[in-house]
Amino acid sequence: MKAPGGGNPLEWLEDRLGLEPVLKLVEKKTVPIHRHTIWYYLGGMTLFLFVTQVVTGILLLLYYRPSSDAAYESVQFIMGQVSFGWLVRSIHSWSANLMIGTLFIHMFSVFLTKAYRPPRELTWISGAFLLFLALTFGFSGYLLPWNKVSFFATRVGTQIAGVVPGIGTFLLRFLRGGDDVTGATLTRFYGFHVAILPAITALFLGVHLWLVQKQGMSLPPGEDERQVKTMKFVPNFLLRDAMGWLLALGLLAALSALFPWELGQKADPFASAPAGIKPEWYFLFLFQTLKYIPAKVAFIDGDVLGVLVIGAGAVLWVIVPFLDRQAARGEKSPAFTVIGWALIVYIVAMTLVGYFT
Amino acid sequence: MPRRGFIDYLLGTSLGMVVAAIFYPIARFLVPPRIAESSQLNVVAAKAAELKPNSGKVFPFGAEPAIVIQTPGGEIRAFSAVCTHLGCTVQYRDDLQQIWCACHDGHYDLYGKNIGGPPPQPLTKLTANTRGDEIIVSKS
Repeated sequence: MKAPGGGNPLEWLEDRLGLEPVLKLVEKKTVPIHRHTIWYYLGGMTLFLFVTQVVTGILLLLYYRPSSDAAYESVQFIMGQVSFGWLVRSIHSWSANLMIGTLFIHMFSVFLTKAYRPPRELTWISGAFLLFLALTFGFSGYLLPWNKVSFFATRVGTQIAGVVPGIGTFLLRFLRGGDDVTGATLTRFYGFHVAILPAITALFLGVHLWLVQKQGMSLPPGEDERQVKTMKFVPNFLLRDAMGWLLALGLLAALSALFPWELGQKADPFASAPAGIKPEWYFLFLFQTLKYIPAKVAFIDGDVLGVLVIGAGAVLWVIVPFLDRQAARGEKSPAFTVIGWALIVYIVAMTLVGYFT
Repeated sequence: MPRRGFIDYLLGTSLGMVVAAIFYPIARFLVPPRIAESSQLNVVAAKAAELKPNSGKVFPFGAEPAIVIQTPGGEIRAFSAVCTHLGCTVQYRDDLQQIWCACHDGHYDLYGKNIGGPPPQPLTKLTANTRGDEIIVSKS
């Protein structure tokens, strides 16, 4: 094969694209081998599940209709009439749930190995924002089938935003597209879910991945940089990654075939909330926490207090790299290890209590 | 002010105005318009015959759900069905003889008063009247 002008086509491309530095970077990239290496796979796994979301999400767009009259019926149509529609939607829902799961594991493994130490503060912060974005994706996507449970979940969720002191009313109306959860809310959530959130996520994900490439893998405290063994990223680590992705794909197909995602009953704005209503599992620990806060604590409303505490917790979580001064100096920081484990125990315990009561 | 500074100032403020002229309409566009609601609202909530003692029914009251109940003693009362905690729709529990919210286990008595769980305030009272065989509900 000849390139235009008669030279080697690869050289022709290389002259125009200038990819040599990229190839050099790929060639040079290594991954350390030690007893915590397994945790390095969780980020790639999350990315794989995210890509699955994008692909299945684009497919669903071809049939979904975002209005309160047609949304439920269009999802019914996808599940019942469209060839493999049930599979595409079930994979979309299952991979969303698995992705939030791997995201949490990825985050806590990064936290406990103190990988947020300098110079990786921005990687941590962009990752924390990606977590918030993923939760917002989950929350907005949940409403789209317009069923009973999602209707009330959205009512409660947006009402929680409504109690934020100062900007609450504005936030509530901004999210709902009016004073109540209606078809206007559905259209808005659709816009968030398929356009605004993907655009913001692309930005943060780009920064996150670029920083990971630039700075390489973090070594946990206690591992000696000069003594630790490494493997090449391409092909050794990438092939192992791919093996994990293949397993994840198999798991998704199996889950979707055995437990196709349910649709429930169509939302009715004038029906009572069904007994036993619960949010998705990844919001259960927050839901359970809100349940335990009494109506009034001193002179503050319980839900205002809950929102303030959870909001303050989220801010502290984002700025962890600047709070853990010991880890920043390369020393051990047992206090943060304890905080990490306490948080894991709290989240797991509250999720279980919420699930089984 | 030197000439260069003055030109920088003009360019900077122009740029600022251009940015503002782009983002102000976007910000306003994102906030949904307010829709006026009618202050006069009379709604047929239920047929008198279909509402038994110790039961309740949720019905559309304008844009929001409301609940009409008949107490075990036979009195008919109506409230907004929007839970004062986080806005779920409440229901009547005949086993407890209470109004109950399923979302976070909130309890209200037969006067709509919050008596258990997280709700911070009583349910908004509405006026219920029986006219012929219909229960008419209006704002108090």
